[in-house]
Amino acid sequence: MTERKTIATTPYTIGVAPFRPGDESSFGGSFTEKPGDLNRPDPAKCDSQDTVKHASGLIRVMDDDNKAKGEWDPALSAETMIQGLEYMMRLRIFDDRMLKMQRTGKLSFYMRSFGEEAVAIAQTMALETQDWIFPSYRQPGAQFVRGRDMVSMICHCIGNTEDNVKGRQMPVHYTWKEGRFISISSPVGTQFSQAVGVAMASAYKGLDEVCISWLGDGTSAQGDYHYALNFASTFKPPVILNVVNNQWAISTHKNLATGGRTFAERGLAYDIPSLRVDGNDFLALYSVTKWARERAGAGLGPTHIEVYTYRAGAHSSSDDPSAYRPDNEFEFWPGGDPVERLKLHLIETKLWDEKKHTALEKKIDDEVMTAYKEACEFGDLASGPYPPASTIFTEVYETVPWHVQEQREELGK
Amino acid sequence: MTKMNMIAALNSALEHQLQRDENVVIFGEDVGYFGGVFRVTAKLQEKFGAHRVFDSPLAEGGIAAIAMGMGINGLRPVAEIQFADYIFPAYDQIVNEIAKLRHRSGGEFTAPLTFRTPAGGGIKGGHHHSQSPEAQFTHTPGLKVVYCSNPYNAKGLLTSAIESNDPVIFFEPKRCYRGPFYGDPHNVPTWNDHPDGEVPDEYYSIPLEQARIVQEGSACTVIAWGAMVHVSEQAIKDSGIDCELIDLQTLVPWDRDTVVNSVKKTGRCVIVHEAPKTSGFGAEMSASIQERCFYNLEAPIIRVTGWDTPFPHTTEWDYLPSPERIAEAIKKTQEE
Repeated sequence: MTERKTIATTPYTIGVAPFRPGDESSFGGSFTEKPGDLNRPDPAKCDSQDTVKHASGLIRVMDDDNKAKGEWDPALSAETMIQGLEYMMRLRIFDDRMLKMQRTGKLSFYMRSFGEEAVAIAQTMALETQDWIFPSYRQPGAQFVRGRDMVSMICHCIGNTEDNVKGRQMPVHYTWKEGRFISISSPVGTQFSQAVGVAMASAYKGLDEVCISWLGDGTSAQGDYHYALNFASTFKPPVILNVVNNQWAISTHKNLATGGRTFAERGLAYDIPSLRVDGNDFLALYSVTKWARERAGAGLGPTHIEVYTYRAGAHSSSDDPSAYRPDNEFEFWPGGDPVERLKLHLIETKLWDEKKHTALEKKIDDEVMTAYKEACEFGDLASGPYPPASTIFTEVYETVPWHVQEQREELGK
Repeated sequence: MTKMNMIAALNSALEHQLQRDENVVIFGEDVGYFGGVFRVTAKLQEKFGAHRVFDSPLAEGGIAAIAMGMGINGLRPVAEIQFADYIFPAYDQIVNEIAKLRHRSGGEFTAPLTFRTPAGGGIKGGHHHSQSPEAQFTHTPGLKVVYCSNPYNAKGLLTSAIESNDPVIFFEPKRCYRGPFYGDPHNVPTWNDHPDGEVPDEYYSIPLEQARIVQEGSACTVIAWGAMVHVSEQAIKDSGIDCELIDLQTLVPWDRDTVVNSVKKTGRCVIVHEAPKTSGFGAEMSASIQERCFYNLEAPIIRVTGWDTPFPHTTEWDYLPSPERIAEAIKKTQEE
């Protein structure tokens, strides 16, 4: 657990960020918690009290020497790890390319997952294909795992004629039913309690399905977070509830957002097994999610996970973090870079090398560019074509009611 | 046919839905073992099991979210919000999430669900057991808004609401649960002697989007919903004027044709609702009617509503539209 920094001179307590622009960030080098510190309880028998240490500690697998250690090592095949690396690289390259497009006026807005690539990717890889994904805006990477076509994703971000949500939502608000990737919404945290309902329906139908959802450290102040935990605790449906503690909610550092202990520990009060995991450690994330999946599959209900990570990029294309935190803070983050760490682990175990890595980067970059060009054939932001204006009026209701139909006729399109 | 009050009629609609569709689940505060504070879900848990009819924790925002998640994953939840006054913690989930889901997902995801909620005054409920917040939902595209007024239409409309693939906010006038309310708190009859207290035991539905002409008339159109239908009926009687009374039943989408045809015939119109006047649904109707009936109108459209104040406790009879206020408005429409 890290210390919370506060201002001591006001009549009430005001949290402060550990470092501000001009400060030199220091998080003490590496994590004090080490792989192997924490046991892996039997997921089919575990209750919340077996996870007390896991909620205050930090589950790690990859050590500072890049080797996998301890009971939580998922012992993944080379193929799975290389696949995970490829997905994370794809997400980062995709994000970088899309942000450039936004900067040159080709997208209205963008949000990267930079620094958090492992989160949605490792966790989705640990699930079954029938499991439901209920993401926030920082988990689009799950779609790569489920095989969504990049052209389709870019068409959504542009909002062109092939956008499956018909230009109705801002970029990055993906919907993809085929991949059981439920529509992303801007209000933060609403998906968390909805995910509990999705899982309750799976349980009601007696299906072997799990629903996974995420929200941020800042969002965990919302009622929806607490509704989710309390309903999950009450009804015990197969749901995996993740607080992605990336330290920052736009400019609000977690020290300003809560005076509580770790986010994971909150789950214990709801009697939900709760784990805190290094979110930049692909293997640890995969492993804890697999563990939660096993619990849910065994009928034991929810798991609460704090994914301890760092938002390496801006909140969105509209944000400038240099105004509120040191520009180079990410370099000091003890969890390092999730892509780099898995790469080094693979190199350490002789399964990968720099040459292969560079070649794969080039291949993905080419694929992203090709996909972007293909997507633009269905319309670009500057000149369209966009979805027809009639899509304003459709799918508001199952059928278009008279008053909406009249307004459509008034628009005349 | 069986004599039923509105509670029994709603209970019957829910029971049929539970029988007909295994995807229907019912939950909310106190609805399970106890059967609801107004008894609308009485014995349903006993009959259908606690997995289908259950008590939820006291969190309307959570109830709404759970309902949406269940709807996304193939169920057809019917959630009770114990009083309409307590729906606001769920407002974000309803307005930003549930109402927009179909549209925002390009039609890929939908959540067919119904929120039942007792609304309206007349039970000495003060600020927070009396409000009628329908306009706070009619202003949100994507929702259907229904307001029943008697046992017969309560059962038929609730059936259609649950079967709708769109989310529905279903208001129940709690003042009329056990009898029609004619505006006299000292004399509230039961549904026993009312024709709309005759309710078929078997399944039936009343289409949404259809208003009901309660009584025909030629001198003035009076439009109301919920408990105000009965208060208006009394006012019409008291006024001695030959009015056409329309029970709107569904507010979104509302049955404009029935209303417009009536106003074209009578040339006069009074709209009655319990909710405050400013931005009430009467304002929307009034504007729409004048757009369509301007040349048929012989007098300004008058709204008789609750005041633009919080709902009071002991003085509620001076707050709610009374037969006197409505009769006065009807008479005013007859002045040259």
